[in-house]
Amino acid sequence: MAVRRGIQETNRVIAPGQTYAGVDDRVNRPILQNLTRSPIWWFLGFGVGFFFLMVYLYSVTTLIIRGVGIFGNNVPVAWAMPIVNFVWWIGIGHAGTLISAILLLFRQDWRTSINRFAEAMTLFAVVCAGMYPILHLGRPWLFYWLFPYPNTYGMWPQFRSPLDWDVFAISTYASVSALFWFIGLVPDLATLRDRAQNRFVKLFYGTLALGWRGSAKHWQRYQRAYLLLAALSTPLVLSVHSTIALDFAYSQVPGWNNTIMPPYFVAGAVFAGFAMVLILAIPLRYAFGLQNLITKKHLDNCAKVMLATGMIVVYGYIIELFIAWYSGVEFERYMAYNRLFGDFAWAFWALILCNAVAIQPLWSRRVRQSQVALFIISLIVSVGMWLERYVIVIVTLMRDFLPSSWGNYYPTVFDWSLFIGSMGLFLTLWFVFIRLLPTVATSEIKELVHHDMHHSGHDDDHDAPTHRAQPEVS
Amino acid sequence: MPQILPPNANTFARWTIIGGVIFVILLVISLTAFARISRNRVGVPVAQPVGFQHSLHAGELGIDCRYCHNVVEVSAYSHVPPTEVCMTCHSQIRVGTPQLAAVYESWETGTPIAWNRVHKLADFVYFNHSAHINSGIGCNHCHGRVDQMSAIWKAEPMTMGWCLECHRNPARYVRPREEVFNLAYEYPANQLEIGAQLVEAYNINADALANCSICHR
Repeated sequence: MAVRRGIQETNRVIAPGQTYAGVDDRVNRPILQNLTRSPIWWFLGFGVGFFFLMVYLYSVTTLIIRGVGIFGNNVPVAWAMPIVNFVWWIGIGHAGTLISAILLLFRQDWRTSINRFAEAMTLFAVVCAGMYPILHLGRPWLFYWLFPYPNTYGMWPQFRSPLDWDVFAISTYASVSALFWFIGLVPDLATLRDRAQNRFVKLFYGTLALGWRGSAKHWQRYQRAYLLLAALSTPLVLSVHSTIALDFAYSQVPGWNNTIMPPYFVAGAVFAGFAMVLILAIPLRYAFGLQNLITKKHLDNCAKVMLATGMIVVYGYIIELFIAWYSGVEFERYMAYNRLFGDFAWAFWALILCNAVAIQPLWSRRVRQSQVALFIISLIVSVGMWLERYVIVIVTLMRDFLPSSWGNYYPTVFDWSLFIGSMGLFLTLWFVFIRLLPTVATSEIKELVHHDMHHSGHDDDHDAPTHRAQPEVS
Repeated sequence: MPQILPPNANTFARWTIIGGVIFVILLVISLTAFARISRNRVGVPVAQPVGFQHSLHAGELGIDCRYCHNVVEVSAYSHVPPTEVCMTCHSQIRVGTPQLAAVYESWETGTPIAWNRVHKLADFVYFNHSAHINSGIGCNHCHGRVDQMSAIWKAEPMTMGWCLECHRNPARYVRPREEVFNLAYEYPANQLEIGAQLVEAYNINADALANCSICHR
């Protein structure tokens, strides 16, 4: 009996014995504390993020003044680190939408504790990603030509280019994610408004909460809107990264013109995204003492999704190599040979090591329950997914049809400073977010608490009212 | 603690939404107007070193356009006449008038008159005058009634959208070649019919006229 209870405890989405007020105390009290009494780790984290944000802005300024040639791009490899980092960042964002939207459609209650910060992660990753398509332009100040608007030139964008679809995909993704995130925040902002003591803090959250009173009508419409947005975000998230996959798959370059690209890119995005969720969740639950709300069950489930999507990615690697051989096209075969044994084979083998080998321990329950192991594996996966985009974008372009146009690629200091600086942008936004807004969706957690208090012990559906007699089944 | 937001916050919130819409509309209108006024300068006379009056020379005196702009039919660039062209008459006529001081100075020193250009296209646009003149596009179609202008201004915006408007429907604007230099020419009522015949006769390939390489070579 004791053993059985032990297993049940770890299988719970939130630890037993939670109360509504307890959840609020846990999540909202640290936010409402005076800024000067923020914990030291927050100042440190924000400081590091802000420093690298300055590195980012310095790199962007240099880029605009001196031109796009400060990067290591060359003529065969005209797409390099900016595109690698763009795909990497936008991929990271996808796990947030998967958690908030797709898991909502599947009615997974374990999404509840992690959806808020995962959506924030999406939003900030999209901010970092969305800058790259502009910054990698030679003339970034003319980026608005990519939008269809009536102008005196009589010109419109080319709607056949996946790069223009990117504009629509990313701008839609950014705005829908922001809207989805904000709608989810409104009840929590109202809680913060009501719990705040300081007049100006109250006014700040009160303005953002848009007059939420929590009436039955409010909640009914809220649920409807939330579900609709989830249903809209699901195809959106699948198509956004597919669109980005088409940037490559639409071309004729051997190694790019693969029909497997869209689903394989989406799987890779969710894979990398869940790795980032784990990287953020493990320190977060310690920093805010959220172990009772973000339980080992969450980490375990995230690791399972990571493993599942990771294996799809591994399947992608195998299929790419198989088709390269099976096609009988010498360019395709050489592409595979170049990846496996060429000058930049180290990138491919490091990628296999990170994405295919390092995730195998996740099959074990013990590894999935170990936070140290999960954190390390997630870091390795993040590096591995960066290398995957490096191999797809750069190593492919180095060697294609004409041997007279073969080149190499070496990133410059600005390639790196812009990338590391974009992490500073992410971290700055992240630390502002965890200080000002609830990292956990308290209103949704309270639903789980309600379920625990009133429906535990029997398996009836939460929505079925308990006071009404169950219909007789004849 | 009292109510945090006073009742008049309702009005404020409502007007924030309505005001947001109004703001966007006003922004679009003012940006469009700004683009028209500041970029194109249509109808704004440009000051010149010499107060040359087209209304006098081309209007009252009836000098043919090609007397001064003499390579317009054969060259891509229709040039501004050199000082020598002015001096063909003004070596005898109104000699010594202060209005012509810059012309005589240019003649004596050999320095060209620094005319201010009114129709300035970007360097990435290759405009060919002779192609238009020989295809029956009249002077006044693009430059307006120059014979009535005391100082030159732009009659048309010279934006790409304006160029393409004609390149996509040349039949609406083509006139007989002999009427090209007739600044008073008015399109007849059956212009579309005549224009279509002229497009055929002058071998104007309307399908290719809006391609990038026509102008942006």
